[in-house]
Order: sequence, then structure tokens, then C-alpha cells
Amino acid sequence: MSVSRSLLVALSALLAVVSIPVAAQYSLPPAPYAYNQLADPDQEAVAQDLMETLRCLKCQSQSIADSDAPMAGDMRHQVRTRIEMGEEPEAIRAWLVARYGDYVSYAPTVSETTWPLFAVPLLLILLAAIILWRRLRART
Amino acid sequence: MKRWTLWVPLALFALFIGVAAYQLTQPKNDFIVSAMIGQPLPEFDLRAASLDRPALKTGDLRDGKPRLLNVFASWCIPCVAEAPHLETLRRQGVDIVAIAIRDRPQDVARFLANYGNPYSRIGADDLSEVQLAIGSSGVPETFVVDGQGIIRYQHIGDIRASDVPLLMQKLAEAQ
Repeated sequence: MSVSRSLLVALSALLAVVSIPVAAQYSLPPAPYAYNQLADPDQEAVAQDLMETLRCLKCQSQSIADSDAPMAGDMRHQVRTRIEMGEEPEAIRAWLVARYGDYVSYAPTVSETTWPLFAVPLLLILLAAIILWRRLRART
Repeated sequence: MKRWTLWVPLALFALFIGVAAYQLTQPKNDFIVSAMIGQPLPEFDLRAASLDRPALKTGDLRDGKPRLLNVFASWCIPCVAEAPHLETLRRQGVDIVAIAIRDRPQDVARFLANYGNPYSRIGADDLSEVQLAIGSSGVPETFVVDGQGIIRYQHIGDIRASDVPLLMQKLAEAQ
């Protein structure tokens, strides 16, 4: 057996051992509302809209609606049970933002750090309009 | 000479490339810091996560004594790495309580038998409800909680030997 071959065997043996505890985070059944929709389709639609704009904290480029991470399932359960109890979606978002900061929400907000994102395009449009106006005036 | 203005867009572009290139070489920080530091713990009352340690509720953390609240799980590999350092903290007289995330009692018992049990109480958080309520985004995380149940400090990731003095200091500050 070549050296690289035996290395490969050792590596796969190691991975097999390591994967046992990793898989164990799935040993409990998922939260009741992780993969089950709410009975009321209107409430489910509200919950779905909200879940698509909340960031999965374990897999940070996905929304909790897109992620199969167990923690995202627990967050979906949290959202759906709160919607079912009649809580407003923006109140749920605010509850999460109060714990994780703006980072948990994909919904854009104007804040101390994000205002240039909104201001710069407006300034550019204004600048373009001024240049255009001056050129058109110069021509006539 | 007015021609220099022609170079302004190119200069802006070069500036943009420069900033982007610099940011690409910077290490990315994936840590999400809890916004609950300085806030009281939420109300919770968890069942016991293992047979040989009592359950955990908010009232247990309001007895006037600062302590560590460790968020862990038997399926979490870095939790194995930090176990000896939690034991060091316990030997230095620190009271450590824990929340086990999405865990079965037999798995918790096996983990504690293998890697040691520095905890005085362990609550089971099967739906990550308390974890979400304290702004923790993974395992392991460790919070310094003062005697009034206010969160004073958050350590994200496994505790290494070099983190022990800082945690001792934060516990002293929480007195």
C-alpha cells in the first residue's frame, strides 16, 4: 500500500469517528414547527415571509427558511409559534435584533452605518441631473 | 489646466479596487456578539439534562454569586477541547452551570463520563429557546453572569488555557 493510500485510509477512519458526535446533534427529533407549516395558511404565509428575511446564525449566507441546520429549525419553530400566538412579524424581528444585532435581519434599515448606501445613489442621480441640465441649457 | 479632472473617475476606481483588495486580505470574523450583555437573563425553567445534576432556572442565577453559564452539547467537538479548562476554572472555585443544547440525557451522561463534569447544574434546552433568548449563536459559548442574573460578558468558542485568566478577571469584576 502506498503512503498516500494509507494516509487516505487513516483520514477516512478519522472522519468516520468525528462524524458520530456531529450527527448526534440530530439525535433529538426536530422542533415541532421546524418542518411543519402552521394550520392557518394566512399565518403560514406571514411566517414564511418573515423567515426568508432572517439570517441563519450557523450558516450565515442562508435565511432560516433555506437552511437545514438544526438551529435554523429551532428559529423557524420560534417564528411560527410566535406568529400562531398572534405576535406581529416586526415584533419578532425586533426581538431577534435585540439579541443578535442587525446582523440577524436581511431587511435593509437606515442606520448610523448604513445611511450612505441610501444617500449615495440619490446624490449620484442629483449630480447626473445637474450635469444634464447644464449641458442642455448650454446647447440652447 | 482643467484636464486633471479627467483622471478623477480613474482615481476613484483605483481607490475602490484598493479598498476591495485590502478587505479581501483581512481575516473574516464570523463571531456574532450577543446584544444581551448588560441585560438580565430571560426567565426560563429547564428540566435537568442529566440524572446526576439538578435542573436550571433563572432564579438559580440570582443568588448574589457571580458564575459561568456554559452553553454546550454532547455532539459538540470544541466542547471536548474546553472541558479541561472548565475543570481548571472549577478548581479555582468558580461555580459553573450549563445549558445542554438539543441533547438526550444518555448522550449528556456519556459526554460527562468521558470528559469530566465541572457543572453544578445542567438544564436541557431542547428547542434552543434559552440559547436564542440570550443571543448565543452556537456551541460552545460561555457567559459571565453576576449575582443579580445580569449577563456581564460573553466568550464565544471553546475556552483555551489562555482564556482562563480573563474569565477569572471578568468574574471578579462581576462581584
